[in-house]
Amino acid sequence: MKLRRTMLFMPGNNPGMIQNASILGADSVILDLEDAVSIDEKDAARMLVRNALSTLDFSGCEVVVRINSIQSDFGYDDLNVIARVKPDAILVPKATSDDIEEIDEILSIIEREEGFKLGSIKLFPLVETAIGLENIRETILASKRNIGVLLGAEDLTADMGIKRTREGNEIFYARNRVASICKAYKIDAIDTPFADVNDVEGLIEDTKRAKAIGMTGKAAINPRQIDYIHDVFSPSMEEIIYAKRVLKAKEEALKEGKGVFSLDGKMVDAPIIQRAENILLKAKLAGIIRE
Amino acid sequence: MKIINPAKAGSLESNDIFIMVFPNDNGNEIELESIVIKQFGKRIKEVIEETLKELKVENAKVIAKDRGALDYTIKARVETAIRRAM
Repeated sequence: MKLRRTMLFMPGNNPGMIQNASILGADSVILDLEDAVSIDEKDAARMLVRNALSTLDFSGCEVVVRINSIQSDFGYDDLNVIARVKPDAILVPKATSDDIEEIDEILSIIEREEGFKLGSIKLFPLVETAIGLENIRETILASKRNIGVLLGAEDLTADMGIKRTREGNEIFYARNRVASICKAYKIDAIDTPFADVNDVEGLIEDTKRAKAIGMTGKAAINPRQIDYIHDVFSPSMEEIIYAKRVLKAKEEALKEGKGVFSLDGKMVDAPIIQRAENILLKAKLAGIIRE
Repeated sequence: MKIINPAKAGSLESNDIFIMVFPNDNGNEIELESIVIKQFGKRIKEVIEETLKELKVENAKVIAKDRGALDYTIKARVETAIRRAM
């Protein structure tokens, strides 16, 4: 299990930001060759990100590169150059099942040529159109490389012709659909970034809403957003203490030969035990507890 | 690679380097301006020379204005400028 509470977008043509990527505390960074880079700087950003990946130590921070769409003039070059320096994953904009299948095949060829383990470069489809949202299941099934889906609400609402609001009611269905399907296929569901970097209260509320319906992490567009998002997605001390008590009670019940037991007067069954185990695993991965 | 046109890459932002390349009749020539020229001027020139060599460029005048770029950035900006100049 890899913790992806935050995936921080960073412009792919900014060396000062790229070389600081790993010290900002995000679980993953997304080096962006798409929207953050102007058309006439695509070649420069591609070479900078390639060199960064082959030179810099990202210290265990997962590195994802958002390439340009393979339907554009830049996507194939991005893929061919970036895959050869082995990013952890490629983020695929406006992904369709056809795009994912094709990228999967290209990655397999590059992995063979470069001597990388087959399937080691993972994929993240970006869902940011109505058709992308409705076909998300096919997109996920198009490749075993898929490890998560990122919801891009700005483009999605633009595609739908609806207004993006602070409360986000307009993306309630999209969030639910992404969260539910990702859970079904056991991959991560990453929520859309919160655009107003100065609105901390709005960010926290937005992150809580996403978590409440099953999103597993959230994209960030500014390093200042990381800690707030982590606070929401990390288990609280209260949750950790309760989870430990559940597992202790389970051990005692097993010794006494009980299948079902109660804690604080409430019955504890398999889903509660599973949740307790998940909380402790997340807390361990987040460095909150040691064991 | 043969330099045919003048071209540029990079920026004058912190941690970056601005590279301009021109065709040159007298082999490779490098003109460097850097905020860290005393400490790293020699190294920056070496990195530019190495990159030109790797790209098999033998006729470039390179004007570099450095703002504290690391090697990976210098190499990327030189390569970008050279490819744009072909």
